[in-house]
Amino acid sequence: MVLIASAPTFSHGVHPADQKARSATEPIGRMPFVREYSVPLRQHIGAASEPIVAVGDIVQRGQLIAKRASFVSTNQHAPVTGRVKAIETRPHPSGVSVRAIVIESDPFSSQQMGASGPRSDQALADSVSDAGIVGMGGAAFPAHVKLSVPEGRTVDTLLMNGCECEPYLTCDHRIMLEHPTAVLEGTAMIQTALGAKASVIGVEQNKSDAADVLRAASKGSVSVAQVAVKYPQGAEKMLIKAVLGREVPVGKLPLDVGVVVHNVGTAFAVHEAVRLGKPLIERVVTVSGPAVSQPRNLWVPIGTPICDLLAFVGLDQLDQYIVISGGPMMGQAQKNLQAPVVKGMSGILVFPAAHQATKEYPCIRCGRCLDACPMFLNPTRLWLLTRNRDIEALNQHHVQACFECGSCSYVCPSHIPLVHAIRMGKKLVREAQV
Amino acid sequence: MSKLLLVSSPFVRDERNTPQLMRDVIGSLVPILIMSMWVFGVIALLMVAVTGATAVVTERLVTSKRSLHDGSALLTGLLLGFVLPPGLPLWMGALGSAFAVGLGKAAFGGLGANIFNPALLGRAFLQAAFPEAMTTWVAPQMGFWQLPERSLAWPLMGSHVDGISAATPLGGFKFQGLTTDLSEMVVGTTAGSLGETATWLLVLCGLWLALRKAFDWRLPVSTLFSVALLSWVLHATVPERCADPMTMLGSGGLMFAAVFMVTDPVTTPVTAKGMWLFGFGTGVLVVLIRSFGGLPEGVMYAVLLMNAVTPWINRFTQPRVFGGLA
Amino acid sequence: MGMSIFLMLGLALVFGTILSVAHRFLHVDEDPRIDTVADMLPGSNCGACGEPGCRAFAEKLVSAAAQPAGCSVSATEQVDEIAAFLGVDAGERVKLVARLHCGGGRGLALNAAEYSGMSTCGAAALVNGGNKACEWGCLGLADCQVACTFDAIQMNERLLPVVHPDLCTACGDCVVACPKDLFTLEPISQPLLVQCKAPTTGEAARAVCTVACDGCGRCVADAGEGVMVMEQGLPVIVQPLLTSRSATFRCPSGAIAWVEGSQFAFEAMEV
Ligand code: SF4
Ligand code: SF4
Repeated sequence: MVLIASAPTFSHGVHPADQKARSATEPIGRMPFVREYSVPLRQHIGAASEPIVAVGDIVQRGQLIAKRASFVSTNQHAPVTGRVKAIETRPHPSGVSVRAIVIESDPFSSQQMGASGPRSDQALADSVSDAGIVGMGGAAFPAHVKLSVPEGRTVDTLLMNGCECEPYLTCDHRIMLEHPTAVLEGTAMIQTALGAKASVIGVEQNKSDAADVLRAASKGSVSVAQVAVKYPQGAEKMLIKAVLGREVPVGKLPLDVGVVVHNVGTAFAVHEAVRLGKPLIERVVTVSGPAVSQPRNLWVPIGTPICDLLAFVGLDQLDQYIVISGGPMMGQAQKNLQAPVVKGMSGILVFPAAHQATKEYPCIRCGRCLDACPMFLNPTRLWLLTRNRDIEALNQHHVQACFECGSCSYVCPSHIPLVHAIRMGKKLVREAQV
Repeated sequence: MSKLLLVSSPFVRDERNTPQLMRDVIGSLVPILIMSMWVFGVIALLMVAVTGATAVVTERLVTSKRSLHDGSALLTGLLLGFVLPPGLPLWMGALGSAFAVGLGKAAFGGLGANIFNPALLGRAFLQAAFPEAMTTWVAPQMGFWQLPERSLAWPLMGSHVDGISAATPLGGFKFQGLTTDLSEMVVGTTAGSLGETATWLLVLCGLWLALRKAFDWRLPVSTLFSVALLSWVLHATVPERCADPMTMLGSGGLMFAAVFMVTDPVTTPVTAKGMWLFGFGTGVLVVLIRSFGGLPEGVMYAVLLMNAVTPWINRFTQPRVFGGLA
Repeated sequence: MGMSIFLMLGLALVFGTILSVAHRFLHVDEDPRIDTVADMLPGSNCGACGEPGCRAFAEKLVSAAAQPAGCSVSATEQVDEIAAFLGVDAGERVKLVARLHCGGGRGLALNAAEYSGMSTCGAAALVNGGNKACEWGCLGLADCQVACTFDAIQMNERLLPVVHPDLCTACGDCVVACPKDLFTLEPISQPLLVQCKAPTTGEAARAVCTVACDGCGRCVADAGEGVMVMEQGLPVIVQPLLTSRSATFRCPSGAIAWVEGSQFAFEAMEV
């Protein structure tokens, strides 16, 4: 019940404290090179990449080391100059180990990138595919797939996602502030490739400095839409609803309502790839959280072990930590800090374990979870149906529409792990289908 | 202990939790108790203490699993105390409280599983068992230390009814065609159940609880709104049966129920639409029972009836999934 | 009151008549032996035979599309009785039992982290793959024990599920329940088991579990020609029904085990 004139947004959702002030003013620094990197052959949705180097090979920073295996897959490049130490199963932040190219960095190398110039001569989708770019917002969908419009479809609007609605994370915010022209140019390239009539950058109101900078730099070529600070404003469907007022039908894609959504970080990477010929070998990662006294935004080479990153930033001395890859709402707790930074990883957050005092109480049927769910689902019911393993009813209640934003668990006064249970429910339904 | 802890997302949570919500509601009953003591004397304290204590003891006795310390049993007991007439023998209060917690709550499976508002179920039980005692009202402000004689009666000793009975505003209207001064109802110096008379205080408590997000504001708002609307229409058409909207809102158990009974999350719908429906249904029933029923007051039955249809309301007010067909 | 009772009785009469008439005309003649055979089956509807329930299996039996021994729950005498009743061959009875392909219980396999949350394997597996350093290992939260309708699974003190071969009917519920897919149904006559599912090899495997298969390949060499092969860091038994324990002799961790009866029997005695 906010009575002040409110910016456009979607219905429902939650208002977690954004905690961004801790790192929002911190210019993007650089993570120094470490001894060993592990570049997973799967950092994206789709097929694993195929290595084209062998153990013992010397690779140069930026060199192609694995090729995409199919249309929905990506190239991988060496994040450092060094020697291929192994190609083997290695830990991955998803918790599922995958094959990775392990590179031992050359301590004497100047870490210059191999020579490569601008690539404006080929189609954008090809340059992006060559550069191994994935969606930088977290889902890590190969970006080139979303740069070509399928036969018979049209895209009228390109929506750039600068919401960054997850608390603590500030990497997109910093990119927009520090590289507005690159973001805008990248946006323009994507817009041209898609043949979209307009492009809009959606930015949450708590980043109005970034919105101003973008507006000033764009000189009107791209519109900047300020949207309300609310979680999950950065979810594709919610952003489309807020900015364009369109509702993506259940089980459909933004494309079905004539929209394609890309992250602002992706636009920056696209710009780098086309103008400088630089592949995606590093990304901005926000390292923050209550157990990090000096939060940072850092350029981190892909493949840097999380433990090295944390050692560099420094943690408070605690008995037990929760290390999260991603944001505090949708991120994933990590069990193995040898796992590397991957292309879709926007943040590493460290929470004290004591933070999680989660005594569960019975559901008091207060309905808060229904009021929070941006998909208008009935989380408490889905939780019950999952416990009863009632697959038919789970389907009837659209369990698959849940995108696991966690708003329901966030509000539940009884601390019921709703989204965790619903994830299990989704798995039950998936398994029943095969 | 491992260095790392694995828990499911999300890692941040809204600070409100269930025991806290219960505590908020219990806390807001304190000023009401004080007010009630000012109006009815020390008997208010005694009654509420008896029902509250009985509720806690009963919960300990009937639930096998470790008590959850969520405060819900205490709350049930306290709420029951506040909806009983001041002169009711204390043992009846205790019996009602044991019934409310033992059968109204625990028998359904504890907090969250009960269909009916347990406090009101306890009151309904007492009303059925002791109809006379439950409809005898003590006049307000008899003196702080003066206990109605029968309050301390021994169980089942056939308490005779004192001569000090008074009419509640609604009873007065129904049976004698009397209207009560609005200011008296607002201040609370009328006959009635222990906690229900001071309308101004109930409104304040309700606002505080709403601000604390202890309950969903849609429930009391829709209830009160529909009472006002329907009584406005009915008062205009059949004024001898239906009191004016202000009397309707300020009298009887309506305001107390609007703040403490229709806001009980457990026994009311979970869907937004359902909450509106529940409130409107309750309000309409209240006005209809008060105006056309045999009893002057109908809040209890209205709420219990709506409790009964709540599972059904939930089923038919499922929200439309985002991006689903209209 | 009286009125409504008459009404209900009247309704019952009307519907009863409709039903019996419908039964007469719409009745499909069914082999009466199906009912008899269905009665002879255990009635647990466990699905071990591959049919949705005992009656469906009875239909298959009567139409000779299945053999009585296909029911792994019935005792041998019962199977013979059904075979005799139908005048068919009982069929080959292979007693299958659920086997766990992990030996890394508490104290043997390293925990990388502590898990706190819903106490089921399915839930734990969703949080970064569970708390074990070995992501293929048994999570020990007893989803299989809960799933087993025959109470054939007990968790031992190492929090590993022990399947009681006599109680196990090979219904496959545990196979479905385990989020790490650690169970398979194996002939009880086949004692050689690979009690590890981790494809990791060498130090990587040994570092996280004392009973892990580190892919050394000795078992494959010792088992004899064509009995086992190495596939993705794990030995695979290609020719079952062994009588020689030779494959287990030089296994450094005990990941390849010779099991007659319950798994982890030795473990269970140890503590
Ligand atoms: S049900 Fe799914 S989409 Fe809805 S609030 Fe919960 S996690 Fe988010
Ligand atoms: S928010 Fe929690 S307590 Fe409230 S209805 Fe949903 S699950 Fe139940």
